[in-house]
Amino acid sequence: MAIVQPKSQRWRLLAAHLFLLALCAAVVFPFLVVLSVSLRPGNFASGSLIPSTISLEHWRYVLGMPYIGVDGKQTMPDLPVMAWLWNSIKVAAMSACVTLLLSTTASFALARMRFRGRQQMMTGLMLMQMFPAVLALVALYAIFDRIGTAFPAIGLNTHASLVLAYSGGIAMHVWTLKGYYDTLPGEIEEAARVDGATPWQAFWRVLLPMAVPILVVVFMLAFIGAIIEYPVASVLLTQQDQLTLAVGSKLFVHEHNFRWGDFAAAAILSGLPITAVFLLAQRWMIAGLASGGVKG
Amino acid sequence: MTKPLPNPWPGRVVALLATIGALWAVMVAHATGQTLLALTLLAISALAVWTYTSQRSNALRYLFPGIAAAMVFVVFPMLYTMGIAFTNQSSQNLLDLERARSQLMDEAVIAPGSQRAFTLEALGDKVSVRLKAASATGPGNAGSLPVGAARDGVTPPIALSIEAPRPQVVALQTAAADAATSPLPLIDTVQHLPALRLLKLRQDDGTILTLISLREFGQVLTLYLAQPDGSLADRLSGKVYRADMAEGFFTADDGDRLQPGFRVGVGLRHFKQVFSEGKFREPFVSVFIWTVVFSALTVVGTAALGMLLAGLLNWQSLPGRGAYRLVLFLPYAVPGFISILVFKGLFNQNLGEVNLILNALFGVKPAWFSDPLLAKAMLLIVNIWLGFPYMMVLCSGLIQSIPADLYEASAVVGAGPWTNFRRITLPLILKPLTPLLISAFAFNFNNFVLVSLLTGGRPDLADSTLPAGTTDILVSYTWRIAFQDTGQQFGLAAAISTVIFLIVAAITLIQLRFTARADTATKG
Repeated sequence: MAIVQPKSQRWRLLAAHLFLLALCAAVVFPFLVVLSVSLRPGNFASGSLIPSTISLEHWRYVLGMPYIGVDGKQTMPDLPVMAWLWNSIKVAAMSACVTLLLSTTASFALARMRFRGRQQMMTGLMLMQMFPAVLALVALYAIFDRIGTAFPAIGLNTHASLVLAYSGGIAMHVWTLKGYYDTLPGEIEEAARVDGATPWQAFWRVLLPMAVPILVVVFMLAFIGAIIEYPVASVLLTQQDQLTLAVGSKLFVHEHNFRWGDFAAAAILSGLPITAVFLLAQRWMIAGLASGGVKG
Repeated sequence: MTKPLPNPWPGRVVALLATIGALWAVMVAHATGQTLLALTLLAISALAVWTYTSQRSNALRYLFPGIAAAMVFVVFPMLYTMGIAFTNQSSQNLLDLERARSQLMDEAVIAPGSQRAFTLEALGDKVSVRLKAASATGPGNAGSLPVGAARDGVTPPIALSIEAPRPQVVALQTAAADAATSPLPLIDTVQHLPALRLLKLRQDDGTILTLISLREFGQVLTLYLAQPDGSLADRLSGKVYRADMAEGFFTADDGDRLQPGFRVGVGLRHFKQVFSEGKFREPFVSVFIWTVVFSALTVVGTAALGMLLAGLLNWQSLPGRGAYRLVLFLPYAVPGFISILVFKGLFNQNLGEVNLILNALFGVKPAWFSDPLLAKAMLLIVNIWLGFPYMMVLCSGLIQSIPADLYEASAVVGAGPWTNFRRITLPLILKPLTPLLISAFAFNFNNFVLVSLLTGGRPDLADSTLPAGTTDILVSYTWRIAFQDTGQQFGLAAAISTVIFLIVAAITLIQLRFTARADTATKG
């Protein structure tokens, strides 16, 4: 650029770097502390950021293995972290499958078919997003309490109830999918129709194979959404071995029973894969959307 | 190219099985007394059958599952919340009238003076039960003893078994004053208790005695007598309890209430309480104000920081922008519940790293969780930490869409970065940003996870009967009323939820208006 750089430019650059570095430190600091705490012996030890002695007791704890505690005795973990992680993965995987099933079909109708009330339905879905489930917790609890008296298998304290409760939250995914379908050319499906394909065949054999990238993204977003969901799970699940990780984790960090080290290890164990999946889904989402449309 | 039509039979079989399954579910729901549930199931199944058999249901075939799920688990719970708001549902008033009545009718009392001590006598592998004469001096025995209870009674030898198909009824016979054999020691008697519990002994006057304690048989009666007018009379005191359809309790004339109560409609009572009764209104108003302040400050804070960062990261002469962007995006990618709990640990007063640093630098250890002002500050700090990356990404996208020649032109006239930001960047991104800021406001208005996991609403308001905290926002407040308070006042909580619905609806309307305005701005 032919613009003359003023003298103050260097100072501004320095200031910007200092500011950004300070902010980065504030962002990274909690993560470094957690990593450090998870490797320090004991739950109360407050030492330097780089631990002087490395102890794996907290990692043994979250993996459900007996560990040598601060008192020198061998102890069995009292909180089933691995069971919670498994519960979370189970619920999230089921919920993501259900969400994908419900939202791919619904968004197909909204993107490709013309029918009365279509516009209103899309507005309705958008409005639904403004009212999160947390506002209806009392009703959800009461509903599953009632369902449970008739069908204990999907009542309170079951993972099936959680999957059902999450299955309603498809609005955002329907919009994402519809947006993607809209970028796919309708001509290919029309060609299939001319060859005698039913609407179902056009959907199943032609449209869905083209939409695989976005299906993966929606699956991952739904998976993450279910795994980090806290309010509904905290109301529907109360038995300790049934909890999901999001509900169970808070049992570590009581104000008076402060189990920093065990929590830190559990947080890394569960947070790392979720974060990785999220970053991946973010990137694919952008890539998937960018590659949409007619090529060549 | 003729393709054979797919075989319709597998589809038909699946449909038939699904229909049978649905009908079975309706029956089960109805049989357990869940009429509303049964009706809902029936309506959904009927709609499903119509959708997948009719020729006229093109688009609905694809929409039905998703829309049904959204209706049942998103829309219906909202309507149901509003419904609960008009009832007195709580832990005391959980059942409907009939269930409450039948539960009260199950309450048993031992008829006064009917207790008779017993011993067992073994005769081979059978036992005989020997009852002592009821003592005329016992409690409540004013002279009149049941016929046949004045003398010792004994049963013929019986084979005790806990697998008896129905309770054995055995008639008592008058016994000789002295036992033929010595009674079994208590330790052997205890082993027979499960079988003795199933035993019914008939006295001469026809009254039935059952085991009431380790050493006694007695006559068990229902505590309440159902009166023809539907009220319940206490057998012992004679007090009459009438169903109070306004309050949802069986109430005596002197105001004594029976537990459990039952569900009744209470009209607008909860809404009146929240808006006009001091002890309900004060915590509500204080929580409401903090909710608005919290959401507004969060949006302002995250937007300001996000905008500043977006501006910096779009500054072409700044090296290392990619690395900064990656690190600064992290708080958005890490699951919220983990970050929030990490901060809960970091801010711990005695052991947390934040206070360790503050103590080393300034010698202070702020009480982040017990001082109301500090707790609020902590909530805001954590929420801005969590929320700024989202704003940064949003603003970054918007800034990139600003034509570069505007900045070149301003550089020609010698404008500095502050002028650039104020005159070019801000006006251009504010319009498309406004609807997003409003939805961020709505999101934080209902940011239950943050408040619930970080402070739980504490520290609590000192002078409130309800569990209201200084850092509670409306949703966490309703959660505490419904699930944390011992009274579990679902009705009151639902009423406050209904108020939140209305507020969110209002915010949504405003947002839609700004979205329309932003759209016309980009198009025109």
